Amino acid sequence: MTTLALAWRYLWSRPLGAALNLLLLSLGLASITFLILLGHQLSRAFERDLTGIDLVVGAKGSPLQLILSGVLHLDIPTGNVPLQAVRELKKNPLVASIIPISLGDSFRGFRIVGTSLAYPAHYQAALAQGQMWHAPMQAVLGAGAARALGLQLGQSFVGSHGLGAGGHTHGDLPYSVTGILAPTGSVLDRLILTDTASVWKVHETATALDADDQKILEEERELTLALVRYRTPMAAMSLPRFINSSTEMQAASPALEISRLLRMLGIGTDVLQALAGVLLVTAALSVFLALWSAVRERRADLALLRLLGAPARRVAALLMAEALWLGLLAAALGLGLGQLLLQWIGWQLALDQSLLIGGLAWPPSLWWVPALALGVSLAAAALPTLGAYRVSVQELLQSR
Amino acid sequence: MITCRGLAYRYKAGPLIAFADMTLPQGGVLMVSGPSGCGKSTWLALVAALMQPAAGQIEVAGQALAGLSAAAADAWRARNIGFLPQRLHLSAALSVQRNLALAQWAASQPEDLAAISRALESLGVADLAQRKPAELSGGQAQRVALARAVLMQPKLILADEPTASLDDEAAAAAVALMHQTALALGATLVIASHDVRVAALLIPRLASPARLQTMQLPRLAAMNKAA
Repeated sequence: MTTLALAWRYLWSRPLGAALNLLLLSLGLASITFLILLGHQLSRAFERDLTGIDLVVGAKGSPLQLILSGVLHLDIPTGNVPLQAVRELKKNPLVASIIPISLGDSFRGFRIVGTSLAYPAHYQAALAQGQMWHAPMQAVLGAGAARALGLQLGQSFVGSHGLGAGGHTHGDLPYSVTGILAPTGSVLDRLILTDTASVWKVHETATALDADDQKILEEERELTLALVRYRTPMAAMSLPRFINSSTEMQAASPALEISRLLRMLGIGTDVLQALAGVLLVTAALSVFLALWSAVRERRADLALLRLLGAPARRVAALLMAEALWLGLLAAALGLGLGQLLLQWIGWQLALDQSLLIGGLAWPPSLWWVPALALGVSLAAAALPTLGAYRVSVQELLQSR
Repeated sequence: MITCRGLAYRYKAGPLIAFADMTLPQGGVLMVSGPSGCGKSTWLALVAALMQPAAGQIEVAGQALAGLSAAAADAWRARNIGFLPQRLHLSAALSVQRNLALAQWAASQPEDLAAISRALESLGVADLAQRKPAELSGGQAQRVALARAVLMQPKLILADEPTASLDDEAAAAAVALMHQTALALGATLVIASHDVRVAALLIPRLASPARLQTMQLPRLAAMNKAA
């Protein structure tokens, strides 16, 4: 019998105590796993959706809202900006390219985004079926949206006004599905893409009273926002200030705003981390108590091992091995529970379609969990182990 | 074989406990008796190399124990001493077979199930191998504990109060069993007991009453119980 096998038997000789300790330790580790994975998923989601977008230009308002609405498609937009103003901006020598984004309508909760073909190209989206749009009122579905809506190529649907469900429908102008994108793992998966002109058409036809009215509306065409790519990094110094001070528009840097958002979220995760820490310390104390009472209960057993010729360090190693088993089991259980928890919460909050990609992930920071598990259980075992090391054989001889 | 010359031990801040010189040949039988608190367990601990003497020479099974390092003492004890504690101390968490395997683990030896079977067989409890100690009768438990003591084929069997709390019949069986087992192994047998029945049970088993050595330890009035 090896020391590990023997420790395993001793551990499970008190099944209830061992199971409770394991549970306590696992819950602490699961919370930490959950927090690490959540942070990892969020930052990866942001990174993935924000890459290559240097600046977002839209209506004045909250810069964070502009990023959340225009890039991550989580919030409602700040308003619209004149098409003319965006065209002017495009001529600016500091601007390399512009992707227009027009929001306003949705279909069963999925946003209809009026844009240009540069938008799917920016995320390197490939078509799974059909083709890209080449005329207004043709739509290309993101992979997630297509799956959830159950729409096929050639089918048509009508958008409803507003970004949530329940707005009035634009019944007279249906979209037809011309293509479905392959999953990109980016924000595109949950969007319905169409040409910017489709959005104009829907709204102008709906509101124009006659041909003259239509003409006026065409002159007043708007976009919701524009995703800007700089020609040179130097642009970051001057372009946002120029836009904010001398145009009607607002410029927001996604990188800046998201790091601000993460800092705000950071306070929340710090609190959660502290709670997980408290849970872990509680677990450590419980493991300590369990091992301590194990040493007391098994004093005679341990002394007998010394009597049988086991060196003191071998007896101490037995107790350490017991703690090691607890740590290993708790690490495995905690990691599993944490992953499940994230999946479950993602599913509950329907975040799996937006920010969380789900699936099993192993960011390097997750190595903290097994390291903590072993550290905590071995630290808890230190004092009991010393007790086992010093167990006196004399007591066994004098027991009466 | 046990030889003691001028053996003495001192507990921390206690008086010196001196033991009488003695020699027990290999295969001999010794009964150590005396009132409680007479240093009996101290003497047993010295013989088992669990403690180092303060003075004197002690040689057990051909090994001088004074000055032996702790690691060497542990290794020596595992191979040479078979111990039968008063309360047997079978581990409740383990089966009978695993309890014996514990002795092999303690001796840093690979698990040898055949040797365990042989030891259990020799004491007539082979069929109990998979039981837990809680499922054994008192007599069965003592046989299992004795099997554990002789598993490593020791040169010396130390029994601590083996007949305490046993009725006459069981005490007779226990003494007979220990003697037979020691005889079969050619091991020296030391029984620490203040039970007068033990001597009476042992003498008829020996070639002559003189073959039973006894060591009467005097009461130590000032003995510090701080051990």
